[in-house]
Amino acid sequence: MKQTEGMTLIVKTVTRISVWMILLYGLYIILHGHISPGGGFAGGVIIALAFLNVMLAYGRGFIKRWVNIGFLHDIESSSAALFLAMGILGMAVGGGFLANFISHGKLFHLLSAGTIPILNIVIAAKVSMGLFVVVWTLSVFHLDKGGKK
Amino acid sequence: MILPFLIIIPLLAAFLITLISGEKDNWAIVLSILAVISLLALSIFSFFTTGNDTFIYEMSGWKIPLTICLVQDAFSTFMLVIVNLIALTSLMFSVSYIKHYSGTWKYYALFMLMITGMNGVIATGDIFNLFVFMEIALFSAYALVAFGGKAEEYEAAFKYAIMGSISSTLILMGIGILYATTSTLTMANIAAILPTKDPRIMYWVGAIFLAGFGLKSAVMPFHAWLPDAHSSAPAPISAMLSGVLIKALGIYVIIRFFFNVLGAPQIFLTLFMILGSISIIVASYLALGQWDLKRLLAYSSISQIGFILLGLGIGTKLAILGAVFHIFNHAIFKSLLFYNSGSVEMALGTRDLRKMGNLKDAMPVTSTTSMIASLSVAGLPPFNGFFSKLIIIIAAVQASHVGYAIIAVIGSLLTLAYFMKVQRYGFRGNDIIEKPEVSISTGMKSAMIILAILCIVSSALIIPGIREVTLDPVVSVIMNKTGYIYEVLGR
Repeated sequence: MKQTEGMTLIVKTVTRISVWMILLYGLYIILHGHISPGGGFAGGVIIALAFLNVMLAYGRGFIKRWVNIGFLHDIESSSAALFLAMGILGMAVGGGFLANFISHGKLFHLLSAGTIPILNIVIAAKVSMGLFVVVWTLSVFHLDKGGKK
Repeated sequence: MILPFLIIIPLLAAFLITLISGEKDNWAIVLSILAVISLLALSIFSFFTTGNDTFIYEMSGWKIPLTICLVQDAFSTFMLVIVNLIALTSLMFSVSYIKHYSGTWKYYALFMLMITGMNGVIATGDIFNLFVFMEIALFSAYALVAFGGKAEEYEAAFKYAIMGSISSTLILMGIGILYATTSTLTMANIAAILPTKDPRIMYWVGAIFLAGFGLKSAVMPFHAWLPDAHSSAPAPISAMLSGVLIKALGIYVIIRFFFNVLGAPQIFLTLFMILGSISIIVASYLALGQWDLKRLLAYSSISQIGFILLGLGIGTKLAILGAVFHIFNHAIFKSLLFYNSGSVEMALGTRDLRKMGNLKDAMPVTSTTSMIASLSVAGLPPFNGFFSKLIIIIAAVQASHVGYAIIAVIGSLLTLAYFMKVQRYGFRGNDIIEKPEVSISTGMKSAMIILAILCIVSSALIIPGIREVTLDPVVSVIMNKTGYIYEVLGR
């Protein structure tokens, strides 16, 4: 059999099915961050793990064709800037840095808690992309055998 | 209302740099210079508007025991001015100094994060928030030390990271004990509640924090990481690390915690004096034996931190004045000396004093400013270092610590000796050096000239009329001790 990059067919098939479930679970954790345990950081880590799963099963080359690493990097930087923008908006509207200026809604409803779900989503984008890009960079660094020339 | 912007602006600049800047454009330089200029303007404005008052900024619109608060008083704004002043000159120096590295935009983003961390540590009134900002500053400092990408730079950064992590763990443990005891993280509340608890807790936490923040400020038994880290980093980063980072993360927090939170117990003041005088003498001897210019400067930093700690330990109003003045002075002349070493390294490609020679004609600006800085750090009149050291020595005599005064005098003489060595071999040696091919850019020159002028001009801070509006409010915040509780909580 021809040696292809990544792991065996079994691993690839399982990954192909499970990765969407992992992503969905990550999204669930993020969106329910304000009403149940979890939140942006935990959900973001789960999403990063989904990406890492694909990378381990299919190899680096596939990831490079599948997603644009530069774009992930941009998502990471812009989500940090967005978090800051939310903080400044709180300063302008709500009277303090990161003040919760949107209506808090009803307790334990999905659409409640004002700015917190938005901040959770922003944090998730930052954490997931950051973690994935870190591991990606480490693996690329390993390929070079010694970093910069 | 100004303090949050001192954290927001560099943070925003860092994120924007990573977002829009690339290898070929100058966005990183433009953004970071703009950010630092506005930071310096804001911090000078806030210093002169604060005076003897204390302003509190409560985050998220919550009230104090629940929220993170930022405390704006004379001491914090004074430190902010120092940090942002050195940051501006360091950036001016960086622009052409780091041109030959790849991925320079990462340098500027990390630089901005380091400033965020330092400004945050200084501005915050919440002890866990302080820990978080401290880690931001430290992690960017580790990366910046390794920025050159050579083996010894990685080694130094790794050593720094390990020592930094040990001290951070100690500090986190101390914060945990404080939180378990007082159920609050706001420093003013901790200060109010701690005296009602078992006094042994205060001594434990004090000892843990002295070790933790002692490692950050590199006083003598905790100094092992500093000579490697500060001599391996790129010169403008060495200037930031030696000039302000060890003060913002180390000395500032030590003063804030031991004076304003614990109320300066005598046992810790005695420890400050002992550690300070060990640092002064031993580090001076170690510096005397160095031939690597940046390593010599790094050891000299340890010894000068010793002077600051000695002043704090004496604890009288005059001694604190000397320590605060020396914080300012050391930031200026040590940064200037690191810029000098950086431009010599750039032009001649060496840091070894034996391979340098007479640079008077080849590099007039560098050689003149290095002379001014050397005389300042050695404590010769009329330069600023003379006055701060003199005040510390007089204060030691007045408080009848004659032994410590003698140690400080010996330390000054040793400082003079090893800076004479720098001048004799490095800048005014026997071999006339031809004009080097690499020219020192205007940005680098102006950074050095600004600090050299400040070395002379800042002596004026000691003139009574000027002192009353600059140094005296800072001293009164520190001498006010746990009056900090009243200032912050308003009760």
